[in-house]
Amino acid sequence: MTAAPGYAPRRTLPLRVEIVRQFKRRRTIVMFGLLLALPWILVIAFQFGPQGGDRDQSLRISDLATESGLNFAAFALSVSASFLLVVAVALFCGDTVASEASWSSLRYLLAAPVPRDRLLRQKLIVALGYSAAAVICLPVMALLAGTLAFGWNDIQVPGTGETIPALDVLPRFGIVIAYALVSQLVVAALAFLVSTMTDSPLGAVGGAVGLWIVCTILQAVEALGVLREFLPTFWNNAWLDALAPELEWSGMIKGASVSITYAAILIAVAFRRFRRKDVVS
Amino acid sequence: MKRVAASAAALALIAATTWLVWPSGAEVRGQDQTITVVDGPADDQRVELDTTFFPPPGGGKAPAVLLGHGFGGSKRSVEDEAIRIAQDGYAVLTWSARGFGRSTGEIALNSPDYEVKDVKQLIDWLAKRPEVLLDASDDPRVGIAGGSYGGAIALMTAAHDRRVDAIVPRITWSDLADALFPNTAVPLSAAGDAGQSSAAGSLPEAENGVFKRMWAGIFFGQGVSLDSLALRGRPETARPLTPEQARCGRFRPEICAVYEEVAKTGRPTPEAVDLLRESSPITVAAQIKAPTLLIQGQRDSLFPLSHADANARAIAAGGTPVSLAWFDGGHDGGDGEADWVFEQSSAWFARYLKGEGDGKTAPPVSAFTVTRDGGRDPGTRQRVRLHPETGSYPGLGGTATSTVELAGPAQNIANPPGGAPASISSVPGVGGLLGGQNSPGVAIDMPGQSAAFESRPLTAPLQLTGSSTATIRVSGQGGTEATLFAKLYDVADSIQPPTLPAGLVAPIRVAIPEGATSAEATITLPAVDHAFAAGHRLRLVLTTTDMGFATPAEPATYQVSLVSSTLTVPTVGTLAAASGGVAWWVWAMPLAAVVVAAALLVTGRARDRRRPGARTGAAALPEPADGRTPVLTVNGAAAEAPAPDPAVPLEISGLAKAYSNGELAVDNLSFRVEQGQVLGLLGPNGAGKTTTMRMMMGLIQPDGGEIRIFGERVTPGAPVLSRLGSFVEGPGFLPHLSGRDNIELYWAATGRPVADAHFDEALEIAGLGKALQRAVRTYSQGMRQRLAIAQAMLGLPDLLVLDEPTNGLDPPQIREMREVLKRYARDGRTVIVSSHLLAEVEQTCSHVVVMHRGKLVSAGPVSLLLSSAPRSAGAGNGHGTRLEDVFLDLIGDNA
Repeated sequence: MTAAPGYAPRRTLPLRVEIVRQFKRRRTIVMFGLLLALPWILVIAFQFGPQGGDRDQSLRISDLATESGLNFAAFALSVSASFLLVVAVALFCGDTVASEASWSSLRYLLAAPVPRDRLLRQKLIVALGYSAAAVICLPVMALLAGTLAFGWNDIQVPGTGETIPALDVLPRFGIVIAYALVSQLVVAALAFLVSTMTDSPLGAVGGAVGLWIVCTILQAVEALGVLREFLPTFWNNAWLDALAPELEWSGMIKGASVSITYAAILIAVAFRRFRRKDVVS
Repeated sequence: MKRVAASAAALALIAATTWLVWPSGAEVRGQDQTITVVDGPADDQRVELDTTFFPPPGGGKAPAVLLGHGFGGSKRSVEDEAIRIAQDGYAVLTWSARGFGRSTGEIALNSPDYEVKDVKQLIDWLAKRPEVLLDASDDPRVGIAGGSYGGAIALMTAAHDRRVDAIVPRITWSDLADALFPNTAVPLSAAGDAGQSSAAGSLPEAENGVFKRMWAGIFFGQGVSLDSLALRGRPETARPLTPEQARCGRFRPEICAVYEEVAKTGRPTPEAVDLLRESSPITVAAQIKAPTLLIQGQRDSLFPLSHADANARAIAAGGTPVSLAWFDGGHDGGDGEADWVFEQSSAWFARYLKGEGDGKTAPPVSAFTVTRDGGRDPGTRQRVRLHPETGSYPGLGGTATSTVELAGPAQNIANPPGGAPASISSVPGVGGLLGGQNSPGVAIDMPGQSAAFESRPLTAPLQLTGSSTATIRVSGQGGTEATLFAKLYDVADSIQPPTLPAGLVAPIRVAIPEGATSAEATITLPAVDHAFAAGHRLRLVLTTTDMGFATPAEPATYQVSLVSSTLTVPTVGTLAAASGGVAWWVWAMPLAAVVVAAALLVTGRARDRRRPGARTGAAALPEPADGRTPVLTVNGAAAEAPAPDPAVPLEISGLAKAYSNGELAVDNLSFRVEQGQVLGLLGPNGAGKTTTMRMMMGLIQPDGGEIRIFGERVTPGAPVLSRLGSFVEGPGFLPHLSGRDNIELYWAATGRPVADAHFDEALEIAGLGKALQRAVRTYSQGMRQRLAIAQAMLGLPDLLVLDEPTNGLDPPQIREMREVLKRYARDGRTVIVSSHLLAEVEQTCSHVVVMHRGKLVSAGPVSLLLSSAPRSAGAGNGHGTRLEDVFLDLIGDNA
């Protein structure tokens, strides 16, 4: 009898248990509340702004936001993708292991025993699930809020001002969300790696967001030339191509490639480190 | 953290080194030279040309490149480009053409008698330079490059001098007469009176062309330099102007006279056409034997793409290799694509001057390349350009044609008196400055002056590459000439203004014969590369005015209609992007990353397995004195590792763990705990008790020795840990969940059946009552402590490890806990308790292990320890020996 009766490593820490453990956290609820409320806040903000009138030639994404629900959703995504969603994803993935360490509950899970690889795997799946829910819920709520506030009209493309029928663009919107998910994978992986290295949940989130900011700054240095293409943030806005009149894949494919590359390596490093780590928290 | 810092430092070092070592271009120094040449029809005019010679930076002999400047510029305006070419491994000679910069002489518009003779003598001069590679004596290996005026001299010189080995003319003309007097209409037949139809049509196009007034004014007036580089610096002039120069600039008098004549009337004269044809490569292009790369701008209303087309066809007819590129640039602006253009010319010269890639049949630049908009870069949101190419040049008629049906009634349009106000298509000279580089061509048509014919929305995208054609009928008074301007708009919808691709118009002049009421003509629209999106319309507009051209001052009205409703649109389906598909790394990188990730994981696992095994030999496990008394002997007594005994709850042998600074937290610790014991683990702070307990739980890995629980070696996550209940260094709960949720979710996390948990027994020990439903963060220290012990007892583990279990408990609870532990061990289970309350241990434990500074000091039954203690310890206090005295004695602190 090497193990207690009924114990099987592959049955430890079921996803359902981990989801419940994370869901009741105030942090989770506040973040989802914020993401769901943001579109409505934006709608109200647009209602306060000067109405219609002489719209000049500028066809910026923010000027077009009130044209239709789809335009509004694209706008909401564009203002949140570069930071808010990054923070949300970093929060869910950076917090997951580090918070257990800070509560000291990590050692009891490991001594339960939940095998280390399995603990990380289950936590990663649940954290990615929450991140995906966050990335999806914002544009979907924005679509709902925008449609209620501004109507279901054809989308007007930023830059050129061309219009695309709303029904044509709806599947494109799916592509946008899917790409946003893939491009946030690298944030998730980075936050997760930091999470396995520190006992401070905010340190993990802040570390991931901080590195993200550094990449964004580096990206502005044109002297880096082609090297910038390999920065994880470089292709962050490639989803705009999905809303262009001609659907353009190349940017999104490159972005997905870079994101998956970083994510795979970062996650592998996280597993490798955690497997051998002395848990002293 | 140290490792992170080290890798960051290493990265910084690599970056800095790369920065320093990165090959920067070799330094090129220009040598100013004044070269005296003799030219003129009789070879009797001495001209001093101001030149700069850039020797090849690598030394030795290299092919030479002559680099000409644009109109209004000088050798100074091409200095940067010259240095760049020289760094590419050439000897470069720049010169100010006669009449420009500090050179003497008068402008003869690249005439064979003047400028061409000058450049031939520059080639003679190059042949004498020691730095220049020679093909034969007096025949240097030489290429000529240049834009606009400098491009025309390349073509003209190559036609007149066989020593030229390759040329790269950019944005230049083929027929100067056609450039200044264009007319793209070819009469079909004169309607009405058939007999008089042919007279007007037989004229050469230019002699009936529409004067490109604004461009010509800029060209001849020298007020505005065509050379964008010269706009930035101060123009060089030799000396103040004479009255003659003020009138004619620095032009030759015959050119000046001809210009004054045509500018006054707005009509070409035969002398003017002859003079301009003298300076036109088209007349001599068939003689060109030097491989030619023609780079023409898509945004060029001065020398539109049709000029490169004419040159390319004439040169190719002589069997000479020609490639043609339509880039995003030209006299009207555009991006200019300086780097891309440089790469193309560099490739061209590398093949035909340096001889790289000799023997290849395909030219180094595809026969036909077009710069297209590739959307925006996803990272920077900047415009990107694609360069689709094809192996054969299709001409302006394309490889295939599509037809688009245009519709519109006959429309009356008027030529306003004086030709004003005029429609605007592009503003010569400043088009690039006003419109911005990437703005679509937005044109203004004056109302009442334009007739429009529009197609239905396109059902599929249409990529126009070349010149579309249409046939029109112009009705009006017989014996008059209608001057019209044809434009082909891209109309997206009713909201956005239609765009005029590249801002180009086709001027047409249709003569309505005497006695007839109308004339028909085929009109050729400007050559462009433009993508009409599906849903867009094509709109053909004919206007009577255009700001860039001279139009008749006489008021007139015409009726314009389509002869055939068909617009013929050329397409080139073979144009394909050079790179084709996505870059290799897009696929390779994620695959490589997955492989690396797998390698990281697999190697990590392999090392884990090897590591502790290698250390087992260090374990020194003392044999128990007999089977019943598991007395533990101390340190170092080497013995063979016995077969693991699954009945022994805990067996530690040779255990060692060092802090990161090398100090040993646990040093060669060995002891053994038998079933049914309650073992007290004693030691002052820092003795290594907690570290040992963490190693029991598989949280930290021993540096040496091993721990066995029920015969199984403890590794992180070893299944045998499921038989261990632990409470080490305080409770660990999720503060936002209630006590009950915490306990239940913890059990659920073990994956074991709920029935095995014995929640009720455990929770009874916790004794929390209703508080169990509250969030843990509201609990007191003692409540958490009890809940944590209850959690450790979940499932009634065979081995229970408790670290300071009575901390924070009040005396009744301590007493109760003591009973709980004793009862627990009585059922055949084993308990290990660490505590600093020695009285507690004395009352609870059957056995004790004393540790000090990571080492085992003493071990055995409490009773034995007490009886074997030296009398000195605590003697004479009348209470017999207490554990406290023994302990202090053992650790040597009993002062």
